[in-house]
Amino acid sequence: MASKVIHALYTDDDLLLQAVRQVREARYRIGEIYTPFPVHGLDKAMGLAPTRLAITSFIYVIIGLVVAVAMMNFIMIEDWPMDIGGKPSFTFIQNSPAFVPIMFELTVFFAAHLMVFTFFMRSKLWPFKKAENPDVRTTDDHFLMEVVIGNHDAEELTEFLFNTGASEIKLIDNK
Amino acid sequence: MYTLSSKLKIFSIVLMVVGLLGLVYGFIAAPSTIEEVREFVASHDEPHEAMEMPLPGQTEDELEDDAEGFDFVPSEHQVITERMDEESHTMAEDAELVHLEHVLHQLQNKPWAAVYVAAFFFFMIALGTLAFYAVQYAAQAGWSPVLFRVMEGITAYLLPGSIIIFIFLALSGLHLNHLFVWMDPEVVEHDEIIRNKSGYLNVPFFLIRAAIYIAGWNIFRYFMRRNSLKQDEATDIRWYKKNFKLSAGFLVFFIVTESMMSWDWIMSLDPHWFSTLFGWYVFSSMFVTAVTVIAMVTIYLKSRDYLPFVNNSHIHDLAKFMFGLSIFWAYLWFSQFMLIWYANIPEEVTYYVARIEDYQLVFFGMVVLNLIFPLLLLMNSDFKRVNYFVVMTGIIILLGHYLDIYVMIMPATVGESWFIGIPELSALAFFGGLFIFVVFNSLSKVPLLAKGNPFIKESEHYHY
Repeated sequence: MASKVIHALYTDDDLLLQAVRQVREARYRIGEIYTPFPVHGLDKAMGLAPTRLAITSFIYVIIGLVVAVAMMNFIMIEDWPMDIGGKPSFTFIQNSPAFVPIMFELTVFFAAHLMVFTFFMRSKLWPFKKAENPDVRTTDDHFLMEVVIGNHDAEELTEFLFNTGASEIKLIDNK
Repeated sequence: MYTLSSKLKIFSIVLMVVGLLGLVYGFIAAPSTIEEVREFVASHDEPHEAMEMPLPGQTEDELEDDAEGFDFVPSEHQVITERMDEESHTMAEDAELVHLEHVLHQLQNKPWAAVYVAAFFFFMIALGTLAFYAVQYAAQAGWSPVLFRVMEGITAYLLPGSIIIFIFLALSGLHLNHLFVWMDPEVVEHDEIIRNKSGYLNVPFFLIRAAIYIAGWNIFRYFMRRNSLKQDEATDIRWYKKNFKLSAGFLVFFIVTESMMSWDWIMSLDPHWFSTLFGWYVFSSMFVTAVTVIAMVTIYLKSRDYLPFVNNSHIHDLAKFMFGLSIFWAYLWFSQFMLIWYANIPEEVTYYVARIEDYQLVFFGMVVLNLIFPLLLLMNSDFKRVNYFVVMTGIIILLGHYLDIYVMIMPATVGESWFIGIPELSALAFFGGLFIFVVFNSLSKVPLLAKGNPFIKESEHYHY
């Protein structure tokens, strides 16, 4: 992808939020923002679509519940009914109070683990992956905004970003 | 400044009058002789009687319905029946007469129990709201101060509500009704378990305890409300600081007294039975209904343009509480149920046998109303901001928790003769009307914004 971008560094998250609003108002396109910690309200300021992670979570919850019910039904009712404390083990419904904790735990287990994996996949993270961040200082105390130049004038954009309070501005030419 | 609209006023008064008339009818219609009960039973034929006749050679154990899914010990409340009727055994040899007398006592209890359920239900909303209010102060919450006047308005019902309960308990102590079996000296005489508890369960001590709880809650409420109003005009935050300390003190006092109150006023209806998490269980019911009522009153006032400073983030937060606390309630309900079900100790399990055999629909229906509905309706984040969604769910939660209190109180007092009829609905109407009247009357007395609260700016700008 041969595109020119400008990396503007900020030293404060409030300043960054304000700059993001100004940049978007001026109709420049923000490619990506790198921050050392999650900045509250940044997603809304950037105009990102709301996360769909909650929907996947609901799906995983249902999967977990179904797995738990099927598992308990197979283990405790069909395959090898066990007499534990004289509790009836003839049908699932009779013994269901004993299964509720397991159903609950597996539901949480599935939702939690599958959501983490979904999040990793969605963020394109996997083991031994090389870090993508363009400046190591974004892991410490700097905030980096990547603005796509496109067919704007680089000088003008630099001037604009400087006025939003950027402490450092770099032109990056991806060949 | 809110003014009580004449429509609402008339509505609440009509509710009270209708409720009162229905209650009077309920008390008059309650049978006073065995003859009347005989007619009543004859007109309400009970087909299930025939089904429960054991076949020759069949034990009671085998009679338990496997199809219903719950195989407990044989009907334990027959044990209760025998105990309660021990005195009458000598008088009446005829088993049918004993049964009819038993039904007579239950039917005589019914209007009293109906009043008790409704009175407790609305009282606990006011008390739960006070606890929620104190939590907001003690946690120095920044989101909620715009709702403080609404909460204070709801807690205004605490005084009349608790006094009504106290009068009711005093009348029980005077043997005008027989809801509390342990208050009957004849029963205590023949019952070793109750006799051993009589150091705690005796009428004078019971009423003294009730007076201490009620006085304590109302004194805390009085001072917190007064300080909150004084803070409006103050130049420093002295009154706020006082309220912060008072709230912390109240919460300590509340969690102890609330727990004991639930043992005294509800758990002692089944004097043989006990559950160590009962206080928490009643608390969760109280808390979730309180938050629901706060949300509903807020939405009502907002829809009349009285709360311009409340935005949908506040409603969202209240709905989150409704959602979370509904799950909390279900967690406690299930914790109590499953341990007793699993251990299956006769003296503990009687409690659930009575409920599952005679109250199956209400008992399990209320779990659906209190857990499944709020869980599914309020799960989506966006729905928590839609006012009519919150109100609809709120109505379901209130209904479910009324039934929750109903199945806490009714099985011990009216047993299998329960029916949600005129006395129950009238009691609900009467106390509902009184609640609406007191709460909205109190809301109309003072400005609806606690403008002196140091967090009020943060709360107005609160945005999730």
